[in-house]
Amino acid sequence: MSLFENALLISYLTAAVRLTTPIGLAAMGGVLSERSGVFNIALEGMMLTGSFAAVLGAHYLGDPWLGLVAAMGAGAMVGLLLACLSVTLGANQIVSGVAINIVAFGITTFLARALLRPAGIEQVPSFQPLVIPYLSQLPLIGPVVFAQGPLVYALFLLAPILTLFLFWTPWGLALRATGDHPRAVDTAGVNVGLVRYCAVTASGVLAGMAGAFLSLGHLNLFTENMSAGRGFIALAAVIFGKWHPLGALTAAFLFGAADAFQLLIQTYNLGIPYQLPVMLPYVLALLALAGVVGRSTAPAAGGIPYRVEEA
Amino acid sequence: MKVRLALTRMLPVWAVLAALLLGMVLVALAGANPVSAYRELMRGAFADLFGFATTLVKTTPLLFAGLGVAVALRAGLFNIGAEGQIYLGGLAAALVGLYVHGLPAILHIPLAMLAAFAGGGVWAFLPALLKVSRGVNEVITTLLMNYVGIYLVSFIVGGPLIEPGAPYPYTRPLDPATNLPLLIPATDAHVGILIALGLALLLHVLFARTTLGFQLRAVGANPSAAAYAGVHVNRTLILAMVMGGGLAGLGGASEVMGLKHRLFEGFSPGYGYDAVVVAFLSNGQPLGAVAMAFFFGALRSGANIMQRSVGIPVAIVFAIQGLAVLFLAASLVVQRRSRAREPRQPWGAQHIDVAKPAAEAVKHEPL
Repeated sequence: MSLFENALLISYLTAAVRLTTPIGLAAMGGVLSERSGVFNIALEGMMLTGSFAAVLGAHYLGDPWLGLVAAMGAGAMVGLLLACLSVTLGANQIVSGVAINIVAFGITTFLARALLRPAGIEQVPSFQPLVIPYLSQLPLIGPVVFAQGPLVYALFLLAPILTLFLFWTPWGLALRATGDHPRAVDTAGVNVGLVRYCAVTASGVLAGMAGAFLSLGHLNLFTENMSAGRGFIALAAVIFGKWHPLGALTAAFLFGAADAFQLLIQTYNLGIPYQLPVMLPYVLALLALAGVVGRSTAPAAGGIPYRVEEA
Repeated sequence: MKVRLALTRMLPVWAVLAALLLGMVLVALAGANPVSAYRELMRGAFADLFGFATTLVKTTPLLFAGLGVAVALRAGLFNIGAEGQIYLGGLAAALVGLYVHGLPAILHIPLAMLAAFAGGGVWAFLPALLKVSRGVNEVITTLLMNYVGIYLVSFIVGGPLIEPGAPYPYTRPLDPATNLPLLIPATDAHVGILIALGLALLLHVLFARTTLGFQLRAVGANPSAAAYAGVHVNRTLILAMVMGGGLAGLGGASEVMGLKHRLFEGFSPGYGYDAVVVAFLSNGQPLGAVAMAFFFGALRSGANIMQRSVGIPVAIVFAIQGLAVLFLAASLVVQRRSRAREPRQPWGAQHIDVAKPAAEAVKHEPL
């Protein structure tokens, strides 16, 4: 049996690609938001809100795609809230983000116990793998990449699209410039607030998709705090990937592979206590942050509210 | 003018009240009567001695860890890692209680507390070091450290230290000399709350009256200016984080030594996140943290009773906490605009450079 037909390797890599998806989608949102100058610690809360909304939508509308729409809408709402606080009001972005995470955790947990459980909502219609003809027949790559759920494909399409958008279009240039030098952008006639609103809302949509993947593409139900820090790992991926969509995707794959590895160890019950492998993605994210962070790659105006009258 | 001052000083209180009002909407959404739900909550937290004792018990870790977040906040750092630091502090205290024997309580308790301070301090030191030396944002690192700390304690309690035959991961009982004495007999209330109150007073004096307190605030307000004035910025940042982690660690120790007298897996149900809320809402002021910790401790204690009698999930407390911080963050900005000058709050709405280390900010200082 050759390496390419090794069932264990295939199932491991399939899981790695699958677990890359929520981190990667949220990281795409993080790249957009941070490139526009808004530090987005709220990715975690946006994701959790998305997971919850996805289950509500899929249950009441009877279709995972409508659940996805609900998750994206809910993520957008949270994004708008963060934008309102950090752009319009100029409130501290970290405090706002932390507060959003706590609210998201509180409200989803509360509603899960007060609404979902009494209504008996558990398993909901979820996404099935979309096997792509011919391509899925390729050795190794076929089953690993081309027999996944639709949101996995969405991530692998989004990363290059966002790269093109950010680095090859005038809108992308405006967005990046807004994060680096908002005053210059303002002078050039671009509305800094509008750019940041769009970027932060879009990051909410993407984090909502990531959340929908967790509850509709991975578990088929909502569990309390099911994002489990993946939003923070996504932020680490943004930094490790140097605020570039493809870099963030690569970093997300690294963390997703670690996540899959810990699942593998648990599945094969090698006698290792589960807590040690479960730590792996978090430790890896910390090591990545400690080791490879370049000092000058962050958008220069990240985290700073922009006010026109400051001139 | 006086009215306006009273209004702005009271902003956190208004924010909490607004959050409580919105909480009533959530209660109504869940199909219960908001007024009777809140009445049950108050009754649970204060009406009898047992309820009040539970409120004190819940206040204690919130205050310890809230002070820990507050110290870092003074220096302009966001220590969101109080939860992990609580776990490491509890672990260190438990190790002293499990492996050191023969000491009288008067020595054993301080020794265990010291170990807890060190445990929490180490957990905060790593993010502080990364922040100062490599410019890694401490928000992400402290958050990630939380998960590592919780699983680490879970591993140690569930494996090497588990009491043989235990149905749930917990250790053998600690040496009785480490048990914190009870404050109210026949309840759970222990003297941990007094230690926390003492520390709050101590920090109040330290912030207001000492050079260190001034240095912390100078670094928090403007690292470049502080460096220009001769303050060792990086050293101060590390000190603030380690002190903060140590204080949160004491919160873990007081849980372990005051309540269960064993180390349990998952012994902190998110006290470290409550602590962030306590510190934010009290604006990093130790005495304000006492009030906020007591309020949220009461909320946690009363919410259990409310859940049992009205069927409203305890999780509503988290929603109220987060909403209060959201309202405060928004209202501080409105306040600043109406006064048209910089806020006194160390984290109000000023520019905090999240991407770059303070050391780097110093380098850009032209003089």
